[in-house]
Amino acid sequence: MTAPLARSGLLQRGRRSVDSGSGQRGSDGTPGRRVWRLPADIDTDVLAPVMWMKYSAEVVAQHCLEALRPQFALEVRAGDVIVAGPNFGIGSSREQAAAALVHLGIAAVIAPSFGGLFFRNAFNVGLLLLTCRDAEALGDGERIEFDAQEGVVRCVADAHGRDLQGRGALFDCEPLPPFLLERVQAGGLLAQLKRRFQATASR
Amino acid sequence: MTTPLPGQPAPAQSLAQKLIAHASGHGAVRPGDVVTCRVDLAMFHDSSGPRRLKAMLDELRAPIWDRERVVLVIDHHVHASDDESRRIVRVAREWAREQALPHVYDNQGICHIVVPQHGHIRPGMFCVGGDSHACTGGAFGAYMFAVGTTEMLGVLVDGSIWVRVPHTLFMRWSGRLAFGVTAKDMMLSMIGRFGMNGAQYQAVEYCGEAVSALSMGERMTLANMSAELGAQVGLVAPDDETRSWLWQAGARDIDLAPWSSDEDAPGTRHNFDASTLAPQIALPGSPAHARDVADIEPTPVQLAYIGACTGAKLDDLRAAARVLAGYRVHASVRLLVAPASLRERDVAQREGILRRLEEAGAEILPSACGLCAGYGAALPDNSTTIASVARNFKGRMGPDSAQVFLASPYTVAASALRGRITDPREVLWDGEPEGAR
Repeated sequence: MTAPLARSGLLQRGRRSVDSGSGQRGSDGTPGRRVWRLPADIDTDVLAPVMWMKYSAEVVAQHCLEALRPQFALEVRAGDVIVAGPNFGIGSSREQAAAALVHLGIAAVIAPSFGGLFFRNAFNVGLLLLTCRDAEALGDGERIEFDAQEGVVRCVADAHGRDLQGRGALFDCEPLPPFLLERVQAGGLLAQLKRRFQATASR
Repeated sequence: MTTPLPGQPAPAQSLAQKLIAHASGHGAVRPGDVVTCRVDLAMFHDSSGPRRLKAMLDELRAPIWDRERVVLVIDHHVHASDDESRRIVRVAREWAREQALPHVYDNQGICHIVVPQHGHIRPGMFCVGGDSHACTGGAFGAYMFAVGTTEMLGVLVDGSIWVRVPHTLFMRWSGRLAFGVTAKDMMLSMIGRFGMNGAQYQAVEYCGEAVSALSMGERMTLANMSAELGAQVGLVAPDDETRSWLWQAGARDIDLAPWSSDEDAPGTRHNFDASTLAPQIALPGSPAHARDVADIEPTPVQLAYIGACTGAKLDDLRAAARVLAGYRVHASVRLLVAPASLRERDVAQREGILRRLEEAGAEILPSACGLCAGYGAALPDNSTTIASVARNFKGRMGPDSAQVFLASPYTVAASALRGRITDPREVLWDGEPEGAR
C-alpha cells in the first residue's frame, strides 16, 4: 500500500508517532491501555443506535454499544482501546458511529478488518484504526500499548493487571498511509480544514 | 498511475479504474493507487447534510466550491412530528435558501431514486453521497460512493476527494431469471454467500446476460445493495437501456462508449446461473442470513413492508400488485407500502397499481425513508415483519424483540397474502391475466 501512496503525491513523510508506545498507563496505575474486547461484525447501529441519531454526538455516545455491553459508556475510560473481530463498523454511513468512540476517549480500535466507509469516517473524525490480522488473540481486560507509526501492538499486562514484564505477545498492523496518520494526529479533517482556512484568512 | 508511452498499448482496465482515471486526470490507474479525484456531483439529505454541514461551513467561513454540483434531498425526517425532527428539516430548508442551492428536492421521495430521476447522474461521472446507499448511482455507470458528513464538508470546500483504486469483483450472471425472481434475490444470494463485508470495500461490477436483461429499476437494486456486500461501488456498465431511461429523466448527451470494462481487465470473477436462482429470504439480524424461501419454516408474519430505496421503486410496486391484484392480504397481516418517490407514486397511480394494492388491503405511506431508517413509527414489540428493504440489523426498525425478514417485493406480497412466509412462485402464474385467480 505504501509504494503507490508515495507515488500519489498525497503524502508528506513525517516521523511523529500517534502514540509514543511507551509509558502508556491506565488511570489505576496498571501498565498499558485497557482492552474492551468485542466480537466480529460490530455494525454502526450498535455503535450509534438509530433512536438517538437525531441528538448530538454527546448523547449518541452515551448509548454507544449499549445493546451489547450496557455499561460500556459508563465504564470506559479515556485512553482505553477496543479490540474486535473482523468487519468492525459495517453498515451505515453515519460517522457518529466513530465520533461516539472519540467522545468516549477511545484511543484506537484494533481489528482484523473494518467496514470501508467506517474506515474513512474514523480518520475524518480523529479516531485511529489499526488493522491487525491477529487482533482476536487479545482478551477483554488485557492491557496493551501500540505504536501507530511503526504498526505494532504489544500486550503488556494480563486481565488481572499483572505486568507481563516485556514478555507479552507482539502483533503487527498494516502500515497506514502517512496522510491518514497526519489526519488523526490533527484531530480529524475538520481540524485540518480549520487550520487551513484560518491560515488563508490571516494571509 | 501510468501513462502509456507512445506506441505502447494501454493496459486493460476495469470500468471502476476507467472512471477513477478519468476523474483523477490520469491516463490509467492501477488497483491500490491512491489518487485525488474531482467530484462531479455531491448529494446529501437532511439527516447527513445541513444539520451538521451548516455549522461546520459557517465555522470555516468557506464557500461551497460549486453549487451547481450539489443536490440536497429532504427525505429522512420529513414526516416525523417530534420537535427535533422538525428542527432538522427546518435547518435544511433555511440553509438551502441561504445558500441559494439550485437543486433541492423537498419531500419528493428518497434521494437515491429522486436524484437519478431528475437526470443528475450520468455514465462516466464521479459522485459522492452522504448516505450508505449512495452506491445506487453505480447502476448508471457512474463511480458513486458514500461518505460521512465530515468528508462531505471536505468535498464541499475543495470539490475533490481521495480514493484508493479498488480491485474489481466481476459478478457474471448468465441465463435469465425465472418469473417471480428479482434483482433483490440476486443480491441476497450474493450477500449470503460472500457476507456483509465480502467485497472488502472493493468495486463490484454486475455483468452477464441476466444483468443486461434487467430494467434500470432492477439494476438500481443491484447497485444499492452493494452496500450490504461491503463494496465501495456497485457498477453496471451503461447500455441502451441506461440511455433511454436517462433520456426520460432529462439527461441527454450520453456517451456510452468509454464506460465498460476491458475484456481482460484485472479482477476476481464469479459466475452465477440466474435461471436456477430461487426466491431468497434473509433471516432476522443480517442480510447475510440469506437462503431459499422454500427452505425455511412458513413463519407467520404480522407486518409486510414494501418500502425504501431498495424495495419500493416502480418495478417493486408492480411486482407486489402482480401478486395481490384481485385478492386481499391475510386477516392477521398489515401491509404497508411506501412508494420510493412521488414520480413513482404518480406512475403507479396512473397504472392502477396503487388502487389494486389498496383494494388488497395495503396502507399507502408517504414517499420517504420512513420505517426503514427507523424514523417513522417503530415496529411493535415481539412482531414479525417481512420487508423489501436492505437491512434487518437488530434494533434498526424497532425494538430488539422485533424480527425482520428481508425478501423481494414478490415474496413480501406473497407472504402478506398467506399470512406466513411464502415462496411467491406458489401464488404466481406466469402469463395469467392479473386478477384472474
